[in-house]
Amino acid sequence: MRPIPPRALSPKQITLDAISIGLATGTYGISFGAISSVAGFSFWQTQTLSLLLFSGASQFAYVSVIAAGGSVTSAIATAALLGVRNGLYGMRIAQLLIPNLSQRVWYAHLTIDESTAMANRFDQSQQSAKRAFLATGISVFVFWNIATALGFLLAQSITSPEIIGLDAAIGAGFFALVAPRLTTKEHKVTALIAVAIAISFTPVLPAGVPILLAALSAALIAVRGGK
Amino acid sequence: MSWTGVLAVSIIAYLTKLSGMLVPQRILNKPYFSQLALLLPTALLAALTAVQVFGDNKQLVLDARLAGLLAGAIAYKLKATFIVIVITAAITAALLRLFLGFN
Repeated sequence: MRPIPPRALSPKQITLDAISIGLATGTYGISFGAISSVAGFSFWQTQTLSLLLFSGASQFAYVSVIAAGGSVTSAIATAALLGVRNGLYGMRIAQLLIPNLSQRVWYAHLTIDESTAMANRFDQSQQSAKRAFLATGISVFVFWNIATALGFLLAQSITSPEIIGLDAAIGAGFFALVAPRLTTKEHKVTALIAVAIAISFTPVLPAGVPILLAALSAALIAVRGGK
Repeated sequence: MSWTGVLAVSIIAYLTKLSGMLVPQRILNKPYFSQLALLLPTALLAALTAVQVFGDNKQLVLDARLAGLLAGAIAYKLKATFIVIVITAAITAALLRLFLGFN
């Protein structure tokens, strides 16, 4: 991520950017609420995932692994592995904003893809970075949770998800999440190996397990890259 | 649906974020860990895409979901937003089932 000149954006502009990012992720929150409903989760379970787990890809993975017949354990493991990157983001935010201990406790909850990316744009100015991080984190949190509730309630009126193609929407949703990540050769090769592993083991292992095995492709490529 | 799982996965996700906040900076400098943390979502999301499109109760099948994915991929290439990609896939699959008898 290339930093843009910090003076180019006023505090007001940063807030406006944060709101538009929140609105954009909100549309994804509608999909999550709908799919969680179709997967059989209750309203408050769905809302709890958005309030407490608060990491889109992990939430999506958790409900879809269970909907596909996977065990709770493999769903938790998949969601937890997807969240490992948030730990890395936490390190970056701690380095960038130098928060005190109590700030670290609640900043951690807002540490997601969008807030970290926004803060990273201002690595020249700690004050702007902090504003960008907090405004984006809070904006995404608010819109994400409203959208989750809306999506859940919309899907409640649908009786048969196959008829309106909601099952096809899940695969396309994961595709839309992974496609923007395929920017380097490492990411492309990792994705190809992961798909091969997942497809090969789907007929022989319990649902959810092939996805966990596919995580090995990341370990493999990371080892090669480290040399 | 189990509340235990919902709460457990939420707590683990938060502790993962917090651990990053509290870890000494030195560990950040190990290239293997940062590379792994960035490649993990790529691997898992690619695998989830494949299983959601081809998997059906431990079987691999070709049905309207694949056509939905292809339509979604075209929408992505045309720089569509997330919700448009998802809706394009859903409508494509629904129409193929309704009019062409796809599974």
